[in-house]
Amino acid sequence: MSYTVLVFVKQVPDTQNITGEAMKADGTVNRAALPAIFNPEDLNALELALQLKDRYGAKVVVGTMGPPAAADVLRDALFRGADEALLLTDRAFAGADTLATSYALSCAAKKVGKVDLILCGRQAIDGDTAQVGPQLAEKLKMPQICYVEEVLELAENKIVARRAIEGGYEILESPLPCLLTVIDSNDPRPPAAKRIMKYKRAMTKSEINKKVSDPYTGNADADAEIKALEAKGLIIAELTAEAVNADPARIGMAGSPTKVKAIQSVVLAGGEAKKIEPTTEGINALIHELIADHTLG
Amino acid sequence: MANFYTDNRDLVFTLKNLDLEEAVTMKEENFRFAKEFENAPVDYADACDNYDRVLKVVGEICAERIAPRSRQVDEEGPHFENGVVTYHPLTVQNLKDLTQADVMGVVLPHRYGGLNFPATIYTAITEMVSRADASLQNLVGLQDIAETICEFGSEEQRQAYLPRFAKGEIDGSMDLTEPDSGSDLQSVRLRAYQDKDGNWFLNGMKRFITNGCAKCHLVLARSEEGTTDGRGLSMFIAEACPQLVVRRIEHKLGIHGVATAELQYNDVPAQLCGQRRRGLTRYVMSLMNGARVAISAQALGIAEAAYFEAKKYASEREQFKKSIDNFPAIYDMLSSMKMKILASRALLYETTRAVDLRNAYNALVEKGENVTDEIRAKQKYYNKVAAVLTPMCKAQATEVANSVAYDTIQIHGGTGYMKDFNAERFYRDARITNIYEGTTQLQIVAAIGGVQQRDNDPRIKELIALVPPAELAEIKASVVKMYEKHLKEVEFVNGLHDPEYRDLVARALVENETYVFVSLLMLRDAAKEDDRVVLAKRYILDAIPEFEKRYIRIMSGEHSVVADHSAVINY
Repeated sequence: MSYTVLVFVKQVPDTQNITGEAMKADGTVNRAALPAIFNPEDLNALELALQLKDRYGAKVVVGTMGPPAAADVLRDALFRGADEALLLTDRAFAGADTLATSYALSCAAKKVGKVDLILCGRQAIDGDTAQVGPQLAEKLKMPQICYVEEVLELAENKIVARRAIEGGYEILESPLPCLLTVIDSNDPRPPAAKRIMKYKRAMTKSEINKKVSDPYTGNADADAEIKALEAKGLIIAELTAEAVNADPARIGMAGSPTKVKAIQSVVLAGGEAKKIEPTTEGINALIHELIADHTLG
Repeated sequence: MANFYTDNRDLVFTLKNLDLEEAVTMKEENFRFAKEFENAPVDYADACDNYDRVLKVVGEICAERIAPRSRQVDEEGPHFENGVVTYHPLTVQNLKDLTQADVMGVVLPHRYGGLNFPATIYTAITEMVSRADASLQNLVGLQDIAETICEFGSEEQRQAYLPRFAKGEIDGSMDLTEPDSGSDLQSVRLRAYQDKDGNWFLNGMKRFITNGCAKCHLVLARSEEGTTDGRGLSMFIAEACPQLVVRRIEHKLGIHGVATAELQYNDVPAQLCGQRRRGLTRYVMSLMNGARVAISAQALGIAEAAYFEAKKYASEREQFKKSIDNFPAIYDMLSSMKMKILASRALLYETTRAVDLRNAYNALVEKGENVTDEIRAKQKYYNKVAAVLTPMCKAQATEVANSVAYDTIQIHGGTGYMKDFNAERFYRDARITNIYEGTTQLQIVAAIGGVQQRDNDPRIKELIALVPPAELAEIKASVVKMYEKHLKEVEFVNGLHDPEYRDLVARALVENETYVFVSLLMLRDAAKEDDRVVLAKRYILDAIPEFEKRYIRIMSGEHSVVADHSAVINY
């Protein structure tokens, strides 16, 4: 049988390569100073999906929620081997915290129809919450396995995966459909030349409309272009809040109880150094000290 | 993300300014493939966009994945036990990355699963892979075997091998050298014979075979009993099998990551590739010409890697209270290294452009539809130009790689002599480039005829007709003067009708041709970007005394080496 694997990914600011000021005066992220990249652990999730495709045969659908420019990460996913892409985009989704995001993604997942697996990266490097994957599973009433390193077995009605736990690993079995969050445990494959040459033409309808309406390069016939790309399977589907039947009160700012009050750059400076003797007394003294300042206990 | 394409300003400039439209349009057959293959380009701009995107992907793989693995690959290398070669796990990973990136059949036609890219873009990939890990290039570059099968094999052979090469399922080797046949391939002895049903078998030994453990071998063998020269040799395709025994792998100075094997053929079943008797004269010469371009790019990649380390070290190492790149002795070395690299790259891509046009016209004539006299004339012209530029380019780039790697150790001082730094690895890796696929001495033999017959003159005249930036007018005048003197020295040697003297000064003549030619390329490029004015100036000012030295030597007609060498050598 062939499986359907849905991978949710995110376009994030590249926090490793900051140029200029990363924060604006109002405490929000200055996206102009940060190049947008494919969230690293989402690449691991995509790689795992593609490995399952290689091993068992699967259709890999990649979805993201974001502004129109987020179509870039979807194209990147197509370059690497994804079969379909969909962009959840609507001004109404803007300003979402993890609760509103996971709700929006759950609406999109329902729209996709029957899926056997949903894969997410463990966490995104901009928020680092690791909440969206688990919340999404809850909303879809799906079992979840988090911190997955590897899928050991995929069968008609079950999946066996190995996940990292503190100090080791754990092997879990779950019925399908199931949601996995994936950690940095594989080497994401690079984009493939032939797929680049094909899928570089893949666009959302809004991108086509924007291109066509350009007074210098536009050719005025968006419909014809959309039709041509549709025939070649090169349209990246766009879904609005309405299209996925999302409740306006549960998405975007409106659906987000989390409010950022202030953002502070905390610089941890090195304090005094203390030498602990590697003896029973030395360690006892350290433990007592840590209990006294509530680091332990 | 580090990227060996986007961080290399000269490479980006060179590819951007190289006009490949004619060659690409021909290779894509007026872009008619776009109807059939969804990844084929619809026009020239689309093709260039493809090249740029793919080069960026490969540039990132090279910088982020392959280069960090290269030291361990060099230290540990492949493993040989019980006749089986096992590549280093990191080498295997490198090949997997490049296979997944779809660059194992770069120049192969669309219909066999290739990218149908021109040789120029393939060369840029070669250069970047070599900069990351020179030894890996020997494996990646063996996709040339597929190209040769594509050019000379039967349709059946193409179907059987090319798609598997493009998918990275099989690898190749070119089995030419034997214990007694190195530079002199005409004396190859490995025997090819037929049974009564006409099936071919191979018997004999091959030595120094890069990736001799490959699945698909192109073998030069003596098919015509009783012959002793090149015309008795044919080319065969053989697959790895129990009768093809890897006897040992060599312990080499450099390129440790790739296995170099000694092979024993014990009645190995084989297929004839192309026509009998044309093995060396046509097919292997063509294969080697392609490989010579690739080795030039490999050398350039090593030089680039070495230069990068030298520059970095010189800017970080402090002596006498300042970083050593502040001392004239050091910055002069660095700028001279850099100029050698730029000169090699200018000549390399001028060569690949000629190679692409040659291949395109050859294919057109081969096809045989509407072949006009003009097309035939162009075919002839580009064959001649590629034939002289290829050995010129290999001689230059590989000697440059050695000199740049040498200077990189020098700039590192004692540190460079230690295994802890990459400098010594580049030095070892560079050392093979001016030996294999024909030593520099043989490149001179291959180039001298074209220099004597002035095969580059039409192109030189085109370049002279270009107008340089105003501030380089005087410099250009001295290049033109250099060219006139060069014509004089060529005429002088031609007029002597003395083959021994010609051979004696051949290297000086070819090098002077290179100085003139590259000077003109540097002037051409200076007109396209302001920052390149100083580069042209630097190159030409350095070239003039080098040229003069050789000119004096050539024009002296000084014969004493011929007469005295034995007395000198044997003293």
